[in-house]
Formats: sequence, C-alpha cells, structure tokens
Amino acid sequence: MIPELGHFFLILALVNAVILGTLPFYGAHTQHNGLMRLASKAAIGQFILLLASYICLTIAFVQDDFSVAYVANHSNTLLPLRYKVTAVWGSHEGSLLLWIMILAAWMAAVALFSKALTSVIRARVLATLGLISVGFVSFALFTSNPFERVLPFIPIDGADLNPLLQDFGMIVHPPMLYMGFVGFSVVFAFAIAGLLQGDLDQKWAKWARPWTTVAWIFLTVGIALGSWWAYYELGWGGWWFWDPVENASFMPWLAGTALLHSLAATEKRGAYKSWTVLLAILTFSLSLLGTFLVRSGVLTSVHAFATDPERGLFILTFLGLAVGGALALYAWQFDKLKSNNNYTLVSKEIAIVLNNVLLFSSLLVVLLGTLYPLLADYLWGQKVSIGPPFFDPYFSFFFAFILFLIPFGQQMNWKQDKLSKVLMPQLALLGLAIIISSLLLSWLASELLLWPVVGVSLSLWLTLACLAYVVKLSKNASSFLQGIKKIRRSYWGMLLAHTGLAVTTIGAIVTTFYSIEKDVRIEPQQTVAVGELDIYFEKFDNFTFENYISSQATLKVSEDGDHLVTLKPEKRRYRVSGQLMTEAAIHPGLFSDLYISLAQPLEQGAWAIKVYYKPFVRWVWLGALLMALGGLLAVSDKRYRQKKFTKVKGYRNES
Amino acid sequence: MKAHRKKKLITILSSLVLLSTAVGLLLYAIGDYADAFYEPRRVVNGDAPLNKTIRVGGLVTTGSVKRSKDSLYVEFDITDNEEVITITFDKSLPDLFREGQGIMAEGKLVDRKTLKATKVLAKHDEKYMPPEIAETLKKSHKDGVKKMEQQGEKQKGRY
Repeated sequence: MIPELGHFFLILALVNAVILGTLPFYGAHTQHNGLMRLASKAAIGQFILLLASYICLTIAFVQDDFSVAYVANHSNTLLPLRYKVTAVWGSHEGSLLLWIMILAAWMAAVALFSKALTSVIRARVLATLGLISVGFVSFALFTSNPFERVLPFIPIDGADLNPLLQDFGMIVHPPMLYMGFVGFSVVFAFAIAGLLQGDLDQKWAKWARPWTTVAWIFLTVGIALGSWWAYYELGWGGWWFWDPVENASFMPWLAGTALLHSLAATEKRGAYKSWTVLLAILTFSLSLLGTFLVRSGVLTSVHAFATDPERGLFILTFLGLAVGGALALYAWQFDKLKSNNNYTLVSKEIAIVLNNVLLFSSLLVVLLGTLYPLLADYLWGQKVSIGPPFFDPYFSFFFAFILFLIPFGQQMNWKQDKLSKVLMPQLALLGLAIIISSLLLSWLASELLLWPVVGVSLSLWLTLACLAYVVKLSKNASSFLQGIKKIRRSYWGMLLAHTGLAVTTIGAIVTTFYSIEKDVRIEPQQTVAVGELDIYFEKFDNFTFENYISSQATLKVSEDGDHLVTLKPEKRRYRVSGQLMTEAAIHPGLFSDLYISLAQPLEQGAWAIKVYYKPFVRWVWLGALLMALGGLLAVSDKRYRQKKFTKVKGYRNES
Repeated sequence: MKAHRKKKLITILSSLVLLSTAVGLLLYAIGDYADAFYEPRRVVNGDAPLNKTIRVGGLVTTGSVKRSKDSLYVEFDITDNEEVITITFDKSLPDLFREGQGIMAEGKLVDRKTLKATKVLAKHDEKYMPPEIAETLKKSHKDGVKKMEQQGEKQKGRY
C-alpha cells in the first residue's frame, strides 16, 4: 500500500510540475498576476509531494518490504537501521528520487526567499525549474521507478546493500553532491529568466550570486567527502583517481568557480553580463552531463551502475533539449545584454577574465580527457582509457598559472589600478615564499624536487599574500583590531577560500610526491622494520557483527622503541552477498597519516600488508573545508540580508 | 543583413573558431596518452603493441591463479572464451577479484601471451561489468554461435 502511495505522489508531482513549467510562463508573458502567483504555490507543492514520495520509499526500506524490487535488491533484514534509511540512495532509482526531491527543495527555497524579486522574474525562475522537474520526474517514472513491485514471487530476504556503501562517508557524500549539482539548476533558471527578459541589471546578479555560492559550497564539501571516503574505504590510499565520475563532479565545480568570479564582476561593475549567463548555462549543462555519465554506464568507472542504454538515451535527449534550448535562447538574446566596458588593462575586471580563461582551460582538459574514450569508440571503434599521465601535467599547467595570478588579482581595484604598486611587494613575498618552502622541503624530505618546490612556493606565497592583504585592509583604522573589524565578511570569505586553495594544493603536491608505500610480509609474533617504524604483529582475531564477519589483525607500531599506536586493519566478509572488503586502519595526523591495510593472507598465518606513509594528506580536505567556510562567510555578508534593495547609485568603486 | 546582426554573427563565429582550435589542439595531445583496450584474441593475433601501456580484459580462468608463497606476486590467465593470455602482477589484488569473474588489467606486454600488469581492476559490485569486457564476451559468444551454426550447416550437408 505505502509503495503505491509513493508512486501516486510521484505521478501527482509530474502533473504539478507540468503546470508549474507552463502556466507561469504564460502568466509572465501576459502580465497575468494570478498565474504568476501560482508559481510559488506549485513550487512548494512540488516539494511536499516529492518529500511524501521519498518518505514512502524510506518506509518501505525500514519495513523490509521486499515486494518492492528496489528494496529487495538493495537491502536486507540484517542491515542495521541507519543503513536501511541511507540505502534509499544506495543505487540508481532511489538516488534519482533524492535528486528530484532536492531539486524541489531548492524550488521551495526560491519561492520562500525571493520576495524581493519582481513577480515576472520569480515566475520565470520557478517555471524553468518546473520544466527541469518535468524532465527528471518523468525520467524516474518511465525508466527507473523505485516503487516497482516484484509480484507474485516476493523474495524472502533482500540482496543486501553494497558493502562499500555501508559507511559514514557514503551516507553524507551523495546528498551533499546532489545539493551542489541541483543547486546550479537555480542559477541556470535565473539565467533563463534574465535572458527572457532581455536585460540583466545588477539586482539580478545580486540575487543569483548567493544562490551560486551556496550550491558551490555544497559541491565543494561533497567532492571533498567523496575524496576522503575513497581514501579510507577503497584501501589503496589514494584520494583522487581522475575517474570519469569524479571528473563529472569536478567539471561543474570548475565552471561554478569561474561563474562565482564573473558574477562578482557582473554584480559590482555590470560587466561581462552575457559571458556570466553563458557560464551559468554551461555549469548546469555540466551537472546534467555528469548525471548522464554516471547513469548511462557509457564509461568504465568504479561508479558506473548497471548499463542501461534506455536511460542514457533519455538523459542525452533531455540534455540536448535543455542545453540546446538555452543556447538558442542565448544566441537570440545575448546582444541585448549591455555590459559595462569601462575598465582598463590593469584592473580587477581583467584579473577576472584571466581567472575565467584559465579555469575554462583546465575545465576543457578535464572534459576532453573524460569524453575522449567515448569519442574514440564512436569514431574509430577503438576502446581507450585516459588516466593520470594525461590529466596530471595538463591540469597542473593551467592550475599553476591560476595560483600565480591570485595574489595579484585578489587585491586589484575595479576599473583601474597601478601594476607597479602591486608588483614589487608581491614579488618580494614570492621570494620569501620560495626560500621558506625550499628550506621546509629540504628539511622534510631527502631530495628537493622541482614540482613540489614550485607548488608549495606558489601556495605559500598565496597564503602570505592573503595575510598581507588583511594587514593592508586594516591600515586606515585607529588600531589594528579596529581595522580587522572593519573588513567585510565577503572579503574574509574570499581570503579564506583562497587560503583554502593554497592548503589543498600543498596537501595534494606533498602527498603526491613524498608518499611512501611498502608491501610487507609479516608473521604473527614477528616484528618487521618499515623505515623508522617497527611493526609487531600481535594477534589475529575473528569477530561477528550484525551483517558481517570481521577478521582483524592487531599491529603494534613503535618508533625508536617507543610505542606509537596500535592499529587494527580488517578484512570483512559480508554474510548475505559474500563480498570481501578491506578496512584500512589509519593513524591520522595533521602532518602525516600512517595507513595500514591487509592485502592478502600468505602461507602459515602470515599476511601481506600494505604500509603507507602519507604526509600532509589531510590538508587536501582541510583546504576544501576552508573554501566552503569562505563561501559561507561570503553568503552571510550583510548586503545579502537586506530585505529590500535600495537602488544602487552608479557603480560603487570598492577597493 | 543589419549591422548589429552581422556583428553578432561575427562574434559567434569567431568564438566558435577559437573554441574548436583549442579543442582540436588538446585532442591531438590526448592521443599520445590514450591506453588502448584489447581483447585476448587480438593480443595473441599480434594486434597489440609491445612496450606500450595497454588494457586487456576478460574472465579469470578457473584454476589458473598461482600465488607466490612469500610475496604478493601472482599469475593468472584471462580469456575471452577464444584465446588465453597470462597476467603477472606483484601488488595486492582487489577484494572482488575471483576466478570466473571479469577483470581488467593495465600494463605492458612481455610477449604475445604475457602481460605484466601495473593495475588490476575487478568489477565493483555484483551487477557491474566493465562495458569493454561485456562487449568482448558478447562478441566472442556471437562468433561462437555463428561458428556452431556454420558447422551445423556443414553437418547437415554431410548427412
């Protein structure tokens, strides 16, 4: 009964979405107030319907209703309750339902928090979101219905959730990522509404900007969580694999980051309006492309679900319609968007152009590297794969330029600035950064390599430049503390996010170049020396848990005879599926992780274990968190909290 | 054509030219980094290059896995149900590696029958099979059926 109810809510949501996606457009066109007001109500209704449908599926999981095919395939009576609730998004159908539920949540949020928008714009934004909802709800209903029953032969027990997904990281990673992906559809809808109107004023940018930032924050956290999860769960000690699906989430992030910056120019200076709109369309298209890559199984990836050409075709058609329609509208209207071109060669505007060109170039590297295998298969019938040997150097090339330019760009004035004023102090800081990082690296590592020095110097320089900028901003006040207080939150946000980027880069570079990996054979009661560490294999035990059996080795690690830590890496055998899982044991630290995993049993109770030394690996995710925190600070800036906007008088010149 | 339309057209065309140049250059560069996939029968036929990283996929032949006693070194055979090649590997195998299952190995050919792998990928969950391997098996299945039919026809003629 409850699954039928859920199915019914989903059908109602489709009908509601069709209404939402059509009537308000007509209302906005004919200035019909009633039809425009309908948009907010329908948007909130859409959220309630989809939430109800989602809850129905969750109940089916909690009650072990194995007459529902999706539940039978992805749950089991032995599965702990917390995983039953999260198993809802453990595979394709359910995660799609989560996707459209989150879309509806964003719609409801727009309906509730956009009172200051004109009713025409609000109606068009919500109606555009409604059309996207039509696409995805019908995708769920017609190709991947989570409520389908397996009658009359109901399985007695379910097939269990993939053990990889029975984990905390996996509980939070997908919803975060989806919040980000779907959040960009709001920005897309803002772009469409602006294009339909044929005019983007600064109010438009001021509205689109916090929504973009919020979506970007979720995406940043989502990607970082995925990377962290892969690190501790997959047991290979890596944190980024350039896997097509990782790339699929990284591409919207790159485009979204570019969008954040160009939106700043549009809001503050009324510049680059048409480019900003194009980026908004691009970012959303990349989110859709990501969905297509994940759902269709066209690429070899650890994330690929069961291959289903029908689903792939559906998303590809939808992608074509949405992107094609948006681009056609753009081509029709873009020259009506009059941008302010009043700036000189040395100005923040130009810095933002460089930022966008470089981010776009690195995006192109990731995009082409991801799609090349598809292209090669289609054109030459050749199956190929593209890995780190391509992505690492090409991506780093553009990324190095980005790092190099931020210290200059972030403190440039709008409209006009003097390079000479910025150049010398910055170069002095760069010199300082190079000296410090060379000293640090030669102290930390045995040999000095070129790329780590370049990367760490640039990152350190960026951090120093952020600090110097804080000092500069607080100069004009009576005391340093007073000056600090006067800096606006959006500036703090920017500086924190840029520092976060530096932190992530340091982590990525140091851990890539200086990680140590050793495969070791160890017998019970034996001590093996690995580098400066002694590892003593104390015992080996088996434990039984709710739905798996754990085989655990107890390893005592000591350094120079002093006990450092006891690590217990495991092999788990999940009872229902019989799948084997490696659970690494990690001794985390701010400056290095010790990471041990059981590779495989050898003869006479001996084990092959993998010992990794991972310096600075935590910094990769720490930096991402700093970036997200910076985004939060920027959104909480007081100008976004004003209920009604006072008209912007001319262009404020902020420095 | 009105002046502003002409300007618009020029803007669109020039940005398209710029974009496609960038894409073209990058695609040209990517070609050098592409690791090609081969089925075991194409490897045995000599289609695959030696001394270049390639990928090979197929089913692990039952009973072929030989592990070393005191290290991670392992040898096993994979097949597309037509030809068999041997994979050697000295790192730890993925948890989902099992006899009779589809795997993908990345590495360099030592000779026409042996690949020294640097990476072994097994399927990620029960349902998922790398598309390349699924296709390989489908192809050799189809060929096999065709062969049987042809043989059947020959036999028909004989009787």
